[in-house]
Amino acid sequence: MPLKKNIATSEAGFVFNPATGDSFAANPLAAEVLKLLQAGHDLAAIRAQLLERYDVPAHQLQHDLDDFIWQLTSFQLLEE
Amino acid sequence: MLTIALTGLNATDSPGAGVAVARALREAPGRAVRLVGLSYEPLEPGIFLPDFFAKTYLLPYPSAGSAALLERLTYVQEREQIDVLIPCFDAELAHFIRLEASLKALGIRMLLPTANQLASRDKLRLAEFGAAHHLPVPATHALHQPADLPAAAAALGWPLVLKGRWYEAETVHTAAAAEAALLRLAARWGWPLLAQRHLVGQELNVAGLAEGQGHLLSAVPMRKLTLTDKGKAWAGITIEDEMLTELAQRFAEASRWRGPFELELLRTAAGELFILEINPRFPAWIYLAAAAGHNQPAALLSLALGEPVAPFGPVAVGKLFIRCAWDLIADNEHFQLIAGLGEV
Amino acid sequence: MKLPYERPTLRRLTAGTLSKFGPQAGAGVRPVAEVAGASVPALLAQFGSPLFVLSERQLRRSAQALRRSFGTRYPRVQLAWSYKTNYLNAVCRVFHQEGAWAEVVSGFELEKALGNGVPGHHILFNGPSKTAADLARAAEVDAVVHLDSFDELRALLAVAAGRPRPVRVAVRVNLDAGLPQRWDRFGFNLENGQAWQAVQQVAAAPDLALVGLHCHLGTFVLEPAAYGTAAAKLAALAQRATHELHQTIDYLDLGGGFPSLNTLKGSYLPGPDLVPDLDEYAAAVAEALLGAGFAPEALPLLVLEAGRALVDEAGYLLGTVLATKQLPDGRRATVLDFGVNLLFTAYWYDHLISPVRADAGRPEPTVLYGPLCMNIDVVRETALLPPLGPGDQLVVHRVGAYNMSQWQQFITLRPNVILLDLQGNSHIIREAETLEYVQQPERVPEHLL
Repeated sequence: MPLKKNIATSEAGFVFNPATGDSFAANPLAAEVLKLLQAGHDLAAIRAQLLERYDVPAHQLQHDLDDFIWQLTSFQLLEE
Repeated sequence: MLTIALTGLNATDSPGAGVAVARALREAPGRAVRLVGLSYEPLEPGIFLPDFFAKTYLLPYPSAGSAALLERLTYVQEREQIDVLIPCFDAELAHFIRLEASLKALGIRMLLPTANQLASRDKLRLAEFGAAHHLPVPATHALHQPADLPAAAAALGWPLVLKGRWYEAETVHTAAAAEAALLRLAARWGWPLLAQRHLVGQELNVAGLAEGQGHLLSAVPMRKLTLTDKGKAWAGITIEDEMLTELAQRFAEASRWRGPFELELLRTAAGELFILEINPRFPAWIYLAAAAGHNQPAALLSLALGEPVAPFGPVAVGKLFIRCAWDLIADNEHFQLIAGLGEV
Repeated sequence: MKLPYERPTLRRLTAGTLSKFGPQAGAGVRPVAEVAGASVPALLAQFGSPLFVLSERQLRRSAQALRRSFGTRYPRVQLAWSYKTNYLNAVCRVFHQEGAWAEVVSGFELEKALGNGVPGHHILFNGPSKTAADLARAAEVDAVVHLDSFDELRALLAVAAGRPRPVRVAVRVNLDAGLPQRWDRFGFNLENGQAWQAVQQVAAAPDLALVGLHCHLGTFVLEPAAYGTAAAKLAALAQRATHELHQTIDYLDLGGGFPSLNTLKGSYLPGPDLVPDLDEYAAAVAEALLGAGFAPEALPLLVLEAGRALVDEAGYLLGTVLATKQLPDGRRATVLDFGVNLLFTAYWYDHLISPVRADAGRPEPTVLYGPLCMNIDVVRETALLPPLGPGDQLVVHRVGAYNMSQWQQFITLRPNVILLDLQGNSHIIREAETLEYVQQPERVPEHLL
């Protein structure tokens, strides 16, 4: 489920989709997940990594990551 | 160096006055000012004017309530040390009036009408206000339901003008057209609507400033030369007209108005003069007043600071303003910051 | 030591209207972990979720504030508690202890008031639907019948005939107080002369005693001046009755309709910025009555039938998040264990809703859905709340008025209602419903058994 290649993410947590002209604000964890997606990690690896570092139950993280991927899909930020 | 905060940066085809006020303040004689923009949306054009606003902050919409506005302005004040704030947007005024003491405690001064003054010139009460102060207002009936129309039409005659509670107006010539327009306007703006006598004539405006004791400090009469399809002046010229200045004087005396105001007037072919609306703020064309020798925003600044202000002298007549559509070029990051973080 | 967690979210930056909040207004979302001094999680643990909570302190405060506003401006003021607003007996009894009479609009409410120990002569019986039996009962206990129509007058004359004492009557009047919506379906119109006709007919009936004039302007009335206009018109009608019919009017009842601080749907400004202070209403009424030309010793009693303004603020609805979802259009949705079945006023207001947990993260807009399997069950079309998950608790504010009388037993059962007394002790004042309770009146025909 890779991020589209030309998506630009800025230091301040902004995401720009050059194909549509849309800008997005990402909160810190969203920015982190986007960076990991861009680096080519798959979702399972990302989940494992976050579980280790953040104080969150596994099922909640799973739910939230699923929602986040839905969000990326509806914003047309993922490769088809 | 004074820090002045302004709203109304929406210099669009139905413009707010903020950019014009800012421009006048930059030319205030003997003053160095630093301008802070306050905007409600991240694409208000004034934000993107190069070298105008040292910083711009997004505000919560008036619909979020005065408590949210105070909280936001407290945040801004911790960073900016605003000396004077000039609201330029009708819908926010009630909040600023309510917050006057709280903002003063934060060190922010303003020059505003009172809550009663603001209410008295409301569209719905303008006829009453006119009658009480012998100011000419066209005959107006409030319509609370469709059934109120026949009586209003009988009293006002055809054609008549139907007006929405907040915005929009339509001239109708028949009962059938009136009914259709009535429902359309009510669906849009809610009840009540206003039915007003239809008047034909020349549209004139006066930008005024009064200090709250009944003294008028400045009145700049302007005739609209071209209009947009929303009825906004796109070009205008300063004129000399004793009657208009006198009317502004009477308004300032009768209401003891404090702060800026705009009279929207109409003069019939027979020479009768009517007040169509009274706006409780600077008009978007206020820079023309400054260019004509009456820098009202600069005078307002002095009043807000408690300094004495002498009435202005004569207006330079024959000064023209022509609005110009001009595209600003900006970096997307500018937009991301204001839209994402609420300040830039 | 693990890092604190906040759900990953992305927000599209739009050029136009973002949401009505603007991006920074989230700073205003404050967690509320206590209501009326009691811990929300503790209450929910003890009494279950959802839960209605009423603060006795706030009930009394509101009654005292209303009495102060009017009583410091006019010498003779009487409050009549509007039963339909919340007729839980405990609530009614708090107001009766604060000196309120009862204003009822059905035989059912009349019996409730009598059961709460209100003497019959302190009960005002309003409404368009009094049956012959209701009228007879009112006459028997000496309640005041607020006449709604000429048909009702005829029915009452039949009921009153041959009784040992005349039946006490007030004439309900509808009038033009300058408000856009006129409640002209109730009572007799003043402007067209019906009201005067009714006053004459009552005055002429030996079995009836005319004691009051009543009008009720509407609901959530935001124009204090309208009450002044109504007071002046009622006062003029009373004086006409005195001069022309030698009929003394004991009381003028200006009804209710006073708003609470809730925000009406579609209102541009939130309630706290829009709703005038009670003092403004009191000032308008007092000025009109004191200036109406009554002799100081003949000033009529001013009756107020406040409901919402007294009870709304004292009521809270506590509840729990069942689930959250991402809607296909990108919006966030939160499903709650209470909906329009309990929070009937969600149809009228954008209720203020607070999260309980303090460290829940940056607020974001979300739709709030109730638990009913019905599309209409929307508590808020959009509310700004921190990211919530199943089990997170919420507080809905200002729910004391109309919910506990207009709620529905629909799909689910109605929950516990508790009262927090002045010492902070909690009392169940209406038990959570059970299947047995709901089915008790049902009968199954034999062939279906």
